[in-house]
Amino acid sequence: MFAGSRKLPPRPVLLALTACLLLAMLAASASGAVHIPWRDLPRLLWGTLAPGDELLHNVLLDIRLPRVVFSAITGAALALTGAAIQALFRNPLAEPGLVGISSGAALGAVAAIVLASGGFFLIAGSAFSGSLLATFLAYSIGRRYTGVAGILLAGIAINTVCASGIGLFTYMANDSQLRDLTFWSLGSLAGADWRTLAWTGPWTMALLAYLCSQWRVLNALLLGEREAAHLGFELAAVRRRLIVVIALVIGPLVAVTGGIGFIGLVVPHLMRMLLGAHHRVLLPASILGGALILTLADWLARLLVSPAELPIGLVTSLIGGPFFFWLLLRGKASGQNL
Amino acid sequence: MMNIPATPAIGITAASVSRGGRPVLRDATLVLRPGEVVSLLGANGAGKSTLMSVLAGELHVPPRSDSGLPFLNGKPLGALKAGEQARLRAILPQRSGLAFDLEVSEVVAMGAYPFPELAAGQVQALISQALARADVAGLAHRRYLELSGGEQQRVHFARVVLQLLAGQAGDNESRYLLLDEPTASLDPLHQQGLLQAVYTLARDNHVGVLAILHDVNLAARWSDRIALLAEGTVFACGTPAQVLTPANLEKVYGMALHVMDHPGHTGIPLVVFG
Repeated sequence: MFAGSRKLPPRPVLLALTACLLLAMLAASASGAVHIPWRDLPRLLWGTLAPGDELLHNVLLDIRLPRVVFSAITGAALALTGAAIQALFRNPLAEPGLVGISSGAALGAVAAIVLASGGFFLIAGSAFSGSLLATFLAYSIGRRYTGVAGILLAGIAINTVCASGIGLFTYMANDSQLRDLTFWSLGSLAGADWRTLAWTGPWTMALLAYLCSQWRVLNALLLGEREAAHLGFELAAVRRRLIVVIALVIGPLVAVTGGIGFIGLVVPHLMRMLLGAHHRVLLPASILGGALILTLADWLARLLVSPAELPIGLVTSLIGGPFFFWLLLRGKASGQNL
Repeated sequence: MMNIPATPAIGITAASVSRGGRPVLRDATLVLRPGEVVSLLGANGAGKSTLMSVLAGELHVPPRSDSGLPFLNGKPLGALKAGEQARLRAILPQRSGLAFDLEVSEVVAMGAYPFPELAAGQVQALISQALARADVAGLAHRRYLELSGGEQQRVHFARVVLQLLAGQAGDNESRYLLLDEPTASLDPLHQQGLLQAVYTLARDNHVGVLAILHDVNLAARWSDRIALLAEGTVFACGTPAQVLTPANLEKVYGMALHVMDHPGHTGIPLVVFG
């Protein structure tokens, strides 16, 4: 991608992304079905409340903030795992959704809802198992073939199997389960509250920090598996560890949000175009970019048809789908290998 | 282990390896010592790449009583972790499949990954050195993907040079470099240039170099010793003048050829095929 062009200096870009993210989070906290004036934000957050502030205070603290923070973390996680998987599979088209990891998690979650009417932990655990299994399958099939075909075909197969599994469970589900299930297909951040945030937030951030610390081996993998081994990395162990970490990140998040596609594909690509493929820069940039884009997408989802809201998965697919087309058309035009 | 030399060296003694039931190496013996350049010559399928894979720690050699296991500086290779091996031995594969967009200096910097204890400033100085030795100093800030095949090859050479220099910055261990057809995509000028740099690395930095080469005359010009491989066995190993005889070469390549004195370098044989 833009191989010939010089890249932007990393530090200013990371700073600008951070600033944009903070602004977007503030804007997303302020607007929605109930509008909160910007100048009231500091008072509502930290000051003493004036009479009549109760409603705004509750909306801001109990509904908006956890949701905004959760969407930032989810976006960061999706983008970072996308970047890591692309390096791990040595394939710029890999993405948790495309290779079946997200649908594996969704199948796990749906099975837990329908078979066990599970609570959050059962659903998250089941989603994790599903994503782990799918990642492992995609990886072991993908490595048998050179190039992208193996992994993409594996992803198609996994997605098909998971879709039919989800369909089967949907068929078995009763009315209340059915309502829970609908959102898996579309994705939603409406389930985010302080409790889910407390359980998934620190956990996810710790794992993301760990993934960021692995920039050396991800860079080395860009050279090739043999070359990475020659540089001293125990690849089999590293690969297993990274796959488990990625599944641990994606599983619980998908249990809360359902399917949010394309962030993991689009964001690392954009960041690579701006900054190059060096993972010490690419990984933090993907975190910031993913958080920014999902925060904006969720804001849009709430704003466009307010007071109702669009499913977030729809919004990200609306952005991501055309981007994917552009990627494919562009690759063809310049005759480059995917 | 009885057959492991106590002095610093990398090599194998009497190793046999089969792939898919077919023997690829039979009782092959090759010992590479620090400071020397050894070229490995052989026809296609003679087992050159297999031999190099064994020394690279990529191929498992079935243990056979007291011989056949690859060794590195007095220890069986298998007893050293990948990280420890990478601190002592660098490998330049035939062709690297890097398809992601990195800057040349970022690719070269990867040679320092086995040495996380080095400070950023040290690595930076080593990068400049390695780039200069590989004759790619002018490319440092270019994007890797926009380089020609030959330039990319020299960038990877700079990367493995950095890996060896980075190790020498910290200790006095003996180090080794394995090159798999390093000159395949280079023009004659850069073929000579690269082997000159390899020779300097061996003499000045005391690195042991093993290079798979297809050009017999390049090997004759730049090697201390040449190992001839046929049907999985190293059947001759010695100075170019000793080894490059018509009889030996016909056994390796299976075709008629002439060996004469090099008009430009005394004592070095020149081989003309056909």
